[in-house]
Amino acid sequence: MSGGPIEVVERDFGELALNMGPQHPSTHGVLRLILHLSGETVIKAIPVIGYLHRGVEKLSEHLAYDQLAPVYERDDYLAPTANSNAYVLAVEKLGGIAVPRRAQWLRAFVSEWQRVSSHLVWLGTLGLDLGGALGGGTTLYMYCFREREKILDFLEELTGTRYHTNYNLVGGARYDLDAAMVAKSNALAASVGAALPEFWSMSGGNPIFQERTRNVGVISKDLAMGVGVTGPTLRASGINYDVRKAAPYDAYGELPFEVITRTAGDAEARFQVRMDEIAVSLKLVRTIVEGLPTGPIFARKPLKNPKATKLPKGEVYAAVESPRGELGFHIVSDGSAKPYRLKINAPSFKNLQIVPHILPGGLVADVVAILGSLDPVLGDVDR
Amino acid sequence: MPAPEIVAAMETRFSATPFALGVEIPAAELLTALRALRDTHGYRYYVLGTGTEAAAAFEVTHAVRNLESNDTLFVKVSVPKDAAEVDSIAFVYAGAEWQEREIWDLIGVTFKAHPDLRRILMPDEYPGHPLRKSFAMDTPWGYRPATAAAVEAES
Repeated sequence: MSGGPIEVVERDFGELALNMGPQHPSTHGVLRLILHLSGETVIKAIPVIGYLHRGVEKLSEHLAYDQLAPVYERDDYLAPTANSNAYVLAVEKLGGIAVPRRAQWLRAFVSEWQRVSSHLVWLGTLGLDLGGALGGGTTLYMYCFREREKILDFLEELTGTRYHTNYNLVGGARYDLDAAMVAKSNALAASVGAALPEFWSMSGGNPIFQERTRNVGVISKDLAMGVGVTGPTLRASGINYDVRKAAPYDAYGELPFEVITRTAGDAEARFQVRMDEIAVSLKLVRTIVEGLPTGPIFARKPLKNPKATKLPKGEVYAAVESPRGELGFHIVSDGSAKPYRLKINAPSFKNLQIVPHILPGGLVADVVAILGSLDPVLGDVDR
Repeated sequence: MPAPEIVAAMETRFSATPFALGVEIPAAELLTALRALRDTHGYRYYVLGTGTEAAAAFEVTHAVRNLESNDTLFVKVSVPKDAAEVDSIAFVYAGAEWQEREIWDLIGVTFKAHPDLRRILMPDEYPGHPLRKSFAMDTPWGYRPATAAAVEAES
């Protein structure tokens, strides 16, 4: 063997179409991407979705208003209450149904805990996606899921269910918070908060992580607006829009909190926005339990027949800020007990639409980092 | 509720009729109206697109937002059922591309000059449009093995 310099011969293989997914760990579900490559560079990306389409909007036209809230919790399965929250807000708006103040605060409380738990799943899986860069990535994943597990245990104690808590009712909330649970919430917020610097040092503080995410998948302000990306993805492109501030619902009009923005628009900026949002949400859950108003949590008459609630004729739109962005329900009512037409404005659907715009020009390895930074939930995309 | 001055501007320029969430305009004016909204009135953020099968016509609704004034406007057009075709606004708002594909897929309204009008949620070879009222909930559509021709066509 001679020790001479290695001659690298680059051969042009032309255009190669590579199928990524629908079964691929970094697509976070059943997303398929058809990547057209020239060498390692992506020249065209065609996302194929619909593998998880359940026809929820069609189903909505066949169930009564009071039966529907749990159905939507299956859409964005990482933050179930955000879905039902948006739905009950739309129904309450349409029917002019009053919600007790305590219930509004409790809804915000559960939403914020689910935002933390959803962002922890995102951070852990981003660690897996960028595995090689983070010494395997499994450590970060395991640490994030350890903290998330505590949140799920807490939600189980509060609602009886770890996941699809079915917390929101049309006209109120389902489970009340007592002093013991308040103490548990505060202790939990402290313990998750204490883990955040460690998570940061394993991801954002890691030079290899920075290298993998900085200037990768840049979304300009104009593109973000035209495509209508939403949530942390929008705020990372320098647009200060958060439904909680812009169109306050539940208790958010009364709660002080900061909207996190970044201007770079790259994967690192999206990462930073979500990391800071975890801290903001942890602060919010403490603020909420401190100022929790007293009173009932459900003010409607008990329902004898859940199929009997009729709503006035009309058209309504209500949205919440889910962990992925603006999650809205557009309901057309014909005055009967079922929606005439119901459209779910899903944040993941809109965020995923940016993919064909930002992947071309990047490397195959960046595809994974970009997808991870967008945090799509395919249950939400396909509905 | 949308800003009254923008509703008034739409009424005078595009003979729009206001409704609770925004304005209904003639289908022929859709493209011009949305261009004006984006370029003159600052409604640069695309919120959503949806279709509804009303009794007499299909309704296609786009929602756009002015992020400076924090105002959301719904723009609705009616499309006759026997000629279900309307202008695509995908070149005005890039976000409309997938939403229009979804409306075509589920409701069956065709979009003129759409860059890539294919089914998005249902399988490519699916017959019919599920969100039409004539489409029964229990329409059968079972497992179909992939054919060699279909695999070949995709690659």
